[in-house]
Amino acid sequence: MLTLPQRERRQAWVLLAPMLLMMFLLTAWPLARTLWLSFTDAGLIGDGSAPNWVGSENFLYALTDPDFRAALWRTLYFTVVSVIIEGFIGVLVALLLNQQFWGRSALRVLVILPWALPTIVNATMWRLNFNPDYGSINALLTQLGLIDTYRSWLGDPSSAINAVMFADIWKNYPLITLLVLAALQTIPEDLFEAARLDGASAFRRFRKITLPAIAAPLAVALILRTIDAFKVFDIIYVMTRGGPLDSTKTVSFFVYQESFSYLRAGSGAAYAILMTLICALLILIYMVMLLRQRRSGSIE
Amino acid sequence: MKQKIRLILRYLAALILAASILAPLVWMFLMSVSSAADLTRIPLEWLPRQWDFSRYASLLTLQAGQPGALFLHALGNSLLVACGATIISLLLAIPAAYSFSRYPGRDGWLFGSLAIYMVPPVAFVLPLYFILQQLSLLNTHLGLILVYCSMILPFLTWMLKNQFDALPIDIEQAARLDGLRYWQVLLRITLPLAKPALGASAMFGWLLAWDEFFYALLFTNNIDAQTLPVTIAGFTAGRATDDGLIAAVGILAAIPPLFIALWLQKTLVSGLTAGGSKG
Repeated sequence: MLTLPQRERRQAWVLLAPMLLMMFLLTAWPLARTLWLSFTDAGLIGDGSAPNWVGSENFLYALTDPDFRAALWRTLYFTVVSVIIEGFIGVLVALLLNQQFWGRSALRVLVILPWALPTIVNATMWRLNFNPDYGSINALLTQLGLIDTYRSWLGDPSSAINAVMFADIWKNYPLITLLVLAALQTIPEDLFEAARLDGASAFRRFRKITLPAIAAPLAVALILRTIDAFKVFDIIYVMTRGGPLDSTKTVSFFVYQESFSYLRAGSGAAYAILMTLICALLILIYMVMLLRQRRSGSIE
Repeated sequence: MKQKIRLILRYLAALILAASILAPLVWMFLMSVSSAADLTRIPLEWLPRQWDFSRYASLLTLQAGQPGALFLHALGNSLLVACGATIISLLLAIPAAYSFSRYPGRDGWLFGSLAIYMVPPVAFVLPLYFILQQLSLLNTHLGLILVYCSMILPFLTWMLKNQFDALPIDIEQAARLDGLRYWQVLLRITLPLAKPALGASAMFGWLLAWDEFFYALLFTNNIDAQTLPVTIAGFTAGRATDDGLIAAVGILAAIPPLFIALWLQKTLVSGLTAGGSKG
């Protein structure tokens, strides 16, 4: 006869088991296999022979590979700059949508649209807009008199990554807006009233009331965006395929090519593991934030 | 006076915001109904000289030789894969979320599953490729459905756990005292109460699958199970030379998620906090 707590524990595991088993098969197990692959010279298309164990050779090569390092720096640039801009625009738009004005609710709906647009459709849309011969961007800027000759935005190594970032920012700042706006709406109006009566300046009111209220959700939104931006692949694939001259070859794209274009699974796995280690750090930060949020009881 | 200036600035900002969101979307629609000649005219005139909806007709027909044959097939694949993966994930996520919510003490597993959901797909893709290859599941709906569960399942578990937490627990305890088994309580008491939240979470999961590109690109290399994002990427890679057609496909592919997002407005924030974003 089981004691009650023991029986309860069994119930808990029975309910959990299917999900954990599925996750193990689809994630933990493949991750372990990727780690194993990274120490071999496996190819993508087997010639029937088993892959050879090459020890840390893949990693030693990866760590000294200038192309990989370049991809890392490129991804860092992409991530840091676009997340900062997204944070900035995201907060400004949230502040605007928190003001009283006619048409505010319509705008609140509108801001969801870029977020909801499928990533590939967004990438396709901007690829068309940036088209060197018939794209709307060239047409618009020329007609406004801002540029005098049509430019090849995605075909020029100096502008391609910025054009991709533009498309990424347009789609992703709404995420930050939505999370920050939700926090802004929880601030009671009389807090501001009281501060006003005390003669606090607008800047001081922002710093003392608004900022503390949005700090936690903004931090969560920024770290989520950072993780996603670091993994960026889809938009690169559609807009530039990593070109021109590798100027938009981010880490995900680099690993994809190593594994599926050059068919070097072993070495691709090593790059993937390195990338995962960097992501793991970011994910850890996010987890700590979630735990903190939960402790303070404001988990939404 | 100061008030007036502030009001004017506010409306100006609102106008710029609205224009910046609407302009690219409206232009995509205009491209889809402009003739090829209109789109390649320099200087661009923006409004079509002749409104032309024939591309939509050609995309929504199954006639051979029309792009619709390819498009509708991919649309069907996308629907099947997204719905299949969402249903399987729901079946596994409901008991798991209930367990996390009602039997505390296993939070490590919950956080672990959410953490692994954020690990880049490149970390799993090679072994998954080999496994699918061995099971002959490459280019099949089932292969993609299984792989998509790895994303939707942890996400749904997290969302549903938070929703179960918000339900009153005393009804369940009363039911237990009446002699209902624990799984009966889940099925008869908790699930009916959680129904509205369940639907919203499921739609969120569905969006993740609808949007997924990386796995779909690598695990399908013919049209059998190819989903819409892969087909669209194929169009842009030069299989279609007509920009207007690509724009029309984009518009059609965007309609379901746009409607779902508007419908999800209330739960949007909690879903986004759990990483229900698609970068």
